[in-house]
Amino acid sequence: MIDGLKLAGLVFVAAIVQVSVLSPYATISGGTADVLLVTIVCIALLRGSITGAIAGFAGGLLVDIATLGTLGVTALLLTVAGYWAGRYGETTGRGRAHAVPLTVAVITILYAFAGLGLYYMLGDGVSAHRVLVTALPPAVLLNLLIAWPVSRLCRALLGTPGTVERVREMELGV
Amino acid sequence: MTPVDWPAVPRNRTARTAVLGVSVRRPAAGQLPRRSSTALRRRAVLGALVLLALVLVTLSFREPSGGPVGSVQNAGATALQPFEVAAGRVARPFRDAYAWFDSLFNARSDAKKLRAENSDLRQQVIQYEAAKNELAQLKKLSDYKEGPSFPKDYDGLTAAVTVRPPTAFAQSIVVAVGSCDGVENEAPVVTAEGLVGLVTRTTCHASRVTLLTDESSAVGAKDVKTDAAGVVRHAGRAGSTLMFSYVPKEDKIERGDTIVTAGWRTKTLSSLYPKNIAIGKVTSVNQSDTDLYKQVQVQPFADFTSIDAVIVLVRKQPVP
Repeated sequence: MIDGLKLAGLVFVAAIVQVSVLSPYATISGGTADVLLVTIVCIALLRGSITGAIAGFAGGLLVDIATLGTLGVTALLLTVAGYWAGRYGETTGRGRAHAVPLTVAVITILYAFAGLGLYYMLGDGVSAHRVLVTALPPAVLLNLLIAWPVSRLCRALLGTPGTVERVREMELGV
Repeated sequence: MTPVDWPAVPRNRTARTAVLGVSVRRPAAGQLPRRSSTALRRRAVLGALVLLALVLVTLSFREPSGGPVGSVQNAGATALQPFEVAAGRVARPFRDAYAWFDSLFNARSDAKKLRAENSDLRQQVIQYEAAKNELAQLKKLSDYKEGPSFPKDYDGLTAAVTVRPPTAFAQSIVVAVGSCDGVENEAPVVTAEGLVGLVTRTTCHASRVTLLTDESSAVGAKDVKTDAAGVVRHAGRAGSTLMFSYVPKEDKIERGDTIVTAGWRTKTLSSLYPKNIAIGKVTSVNQSDTDLYKQVQVQPFADFTSIDAVIVLVRKQPVP
């Protein structure tokens, strides 16, 4: 219960900070640090894919509500991001030192591509050049910069990954 | 988990787990494996969340504004607003500090850029002002040419001043019309305000005009009110003040009278200047018992220090 409250608080604070502080004011060289995405990734690496997906959905929904955007778009993207990060943490990424920065970098890039595709499918006019060329490189760097402190904060609040489901068996395709 | 920490391999291990060296018991027959159930749960949660998100997206798109989903979203946004404001206030000092450092780093380049921009703009303003003044002067000249005071037996050639007197000693200007345009030596030159001088040298496309303020200039003139006649020439001191000389003591001249060209003509000779071109206004009238003539000072109407355009008067018919 307390763990759930901590998780909810962490996601809530990250979403509010993202919406009211980082997105409007902390744009550097056209890119913005996405503290919510990094937080979701860290939570997913610590707590697994299900928690990651739920945290992503909740955080995305908060962003969609706060920004009065199309409801469900950010929720969908962060759900998948949280799930994928959680799966990586449950399988190959577990216990590896580079898991957090690697996941943050890869998911930031995939998030940009997926967001672009989703907005394109929804018919919203988004400049691919702005998203992928102008904003993405600085966003990756900034997310990598904040990954370590956010990861430490998440670990301090949620503890080490003790309760994560561990994969004990691998099926070989032979 | 290191291999040392692994639990002992159970007896009912399979060949596959033995190879991998991990401790998974073979499930009992008829029981759903734990791994499969977890994967199922995981996929179900993911599917449900994705489906929910897609439903929200669909509803958000299809629903008219003010529908239930929109209302919920508005209510949520309203509820979140205090938190956003609070977060903004908490972050404000950091934001200000960042902005301060950012502005500090960018101040030098900004200053350089703004200085260059300022210089460009100043030049533009000067150009616009100059063009505006020139336009105003040309309009005045045009009005003068069309007006009743323009001498009827002359044509006017409007010309820009290309060279001004380089020093106080050279009281002449160069204008951009010359003999090829019909300008002859000794053609009078005027502005809308009054007489300026006389052409003293011509080339094909330029003429030198000796100003009234030159020591060698002299113009037959008269008081427009009293017809007192005399000669206007430079006072011989600094500035552009003129003297109205050779006016007999008995003639009446008052301060404020307007002096114009006399434009006299005899059978064999005529003045170089046409009649009634304004020269200036009387500023002082003196006379002493010993002098034969009055001492009359005239302030010219034309401003010799800022002439941009003039009219060169060209006689319509040559003097017989």
